[in-house]
Amino acid sequence: MILDELKYTKEHEWVLIEDDIATVGITDFAQGELGDIVFVEFPAVGDSVTANEPFGTIEAVKAVAELFAPLSGTVEETNSAAADDAGIINADPYGKGWMIRIKMSDPAELDSLLTPD
Amino acid sequence: MVDVSSLKKTPFHRRHLAAGAKMVPFAGYHMPVQYPAGIIAEHLAVRKSVGVFDLSHMGEFEVRGPGALAWLQRMTTNDVSVLEDYKIQYSILCYDHGGIVDDLLVYKLPDRYFLVVNGANIKKDFDWLYAHLTKDVTLTDISDETGLLAIQGPHAQQVMAQLTDYDLDGMGYYWCAKAEICGRRMLFSRTGYTGEDGFEIYCAPHDADELWERTLQAGASSSMALVGLGARDSLRLEMKYALYGNDIDQTTNPIEAGLGWVVKPDKGEFIGRDPIVRMKTEKPGRRLVCFEMQQQAIPRKGYKLMKDGVEAGVVTSGIHSPSLEQGIGLAYVRQGHDRVGTELSLDVRGRQLACEIVKPPFYKHGTHR
Repeated sequence: MILDELKYTKEHEWVLIEDDIATVGITDFAQGELGDIVFVEFPAVGDSVTANEPFGTIEAVKAVAELFAPLSGTVEETNSAAADDAGIINADPYGKGWMIRIKMSDPAELDSLLTPD
Repeated sequence: MVDVSSLKKTPFHRRHLAAGAKMVPFAGYHMPVQYPAGIIAEHLAVRKSVGVFDLSHMGEFEVRGPGALAWLQRMTTNDVSVLEDYKIQYSILCYDHGGIVDDLLVYKLPDRYFLVVNGANIKKDFDWLYAHLTKDVTLTDISDETGLLAIQGPHAQQVMAQLTDYDLDGMGYYWCAKAEICGRRMLFSRTGYTGEDGFEIYCAPHDADELWERTLQAGASSSMALVGLGARDSLRLEMKYALYGNDIDQTTNPIEAGLGWVVKPDKGEFIGRDPIVRMKTEKPGRRLVCFEMQQQAIPRKGYKLMKDGVEAGVVTSGIHSPSLEQGIGLAYVRQGHDRVGTELSLDVRGRQLACEIVKPPFYKHGTHR
């Protein structure tokens, strides 16, 4: 499943841009590859993140994966529901399973994101 | 990337594809690591009800001839002479220095012994055994002609009873039989690697379709799950069953791995006997222990266990336990820090997270008998 209105990274994350806020999650492909996700570790609200640098981790039953920031900026919000019950990332990766919202500091970085085609 | 076309396929391969399994290369085979239900659901199905596993990647050897018993006594650590017909024994093949070639099951049949070895070790084991063969023994690798289906869980007998008329009530754990299953003569045993009651059925590849269909029909009323290698690993780990390549290998000795109970030095000479007996007397410098996380973390192979800032051990297997809902692992821990109740910390990418050494098994409600 690939949604057209989203942008993507090579790390199988999706990005939804609304004004200067980027909402970030992992793709359906990524959750399927990871298998059952047990918990996630997110940065704190207000932390700064840098494009292509790790900002958190996903621990699945069989594997651990790093999350990479698609864009630079500051963390506006993290998904506490996903932190409490990481299974919703498997169940609804593009919806309830979103991860963090980043307030973008460099909109030029948007050019490096991938479009569905 | 592994070229899938170079991998062997088990006789149940097309069933896994049809069921939507996630397939991976394992032991040279294209194997299901999980089905769409996922590892946790598959694991819990085996604990609560029943699950079916394709284990056809495992290796099977036949040992025949007048010298078979004496030869197996020399090759394995356990005492083969105590086996009655149709009894099964867990055992180990060791190198001269006491390191482990493989762990295996030895089935005693009236006219032969039947060995079941790890899929990843088939060639290595066969070469090792063949190199030590005596004139009065024949060794045959029948792995490619042998499919293996396991039915595991508290409801396993209800499923098995629909496949055979054999008296299952009278069949104990670690016994086998040749019986009519789905109308064909097959070898099956009351064995498993999950901690639950269960059966393992050895079939000819041309009987595999019939066996699969009949087993799934029989399991439908118990909501039987298809179970992949992922849940096989989490199930065995909750029982502290060792996995070759993780917890035991050529660099580990049965004593430090906690497998002294299958080493019988009194039976006479066998390969690896002297170094193993020495380690038993001198006490090993490290031991394979079970530990549970007290903080949210999942131990992984290779992570370090620390005591007061100093390395105390290395994780060999780790997972999120679906039954206990916490991180659990096995680790070799240095003498002095290896007692049950010892508090250690797990180094997770530079963070120190609390854990404690616990008594095996992790999961204490298994239905195996």
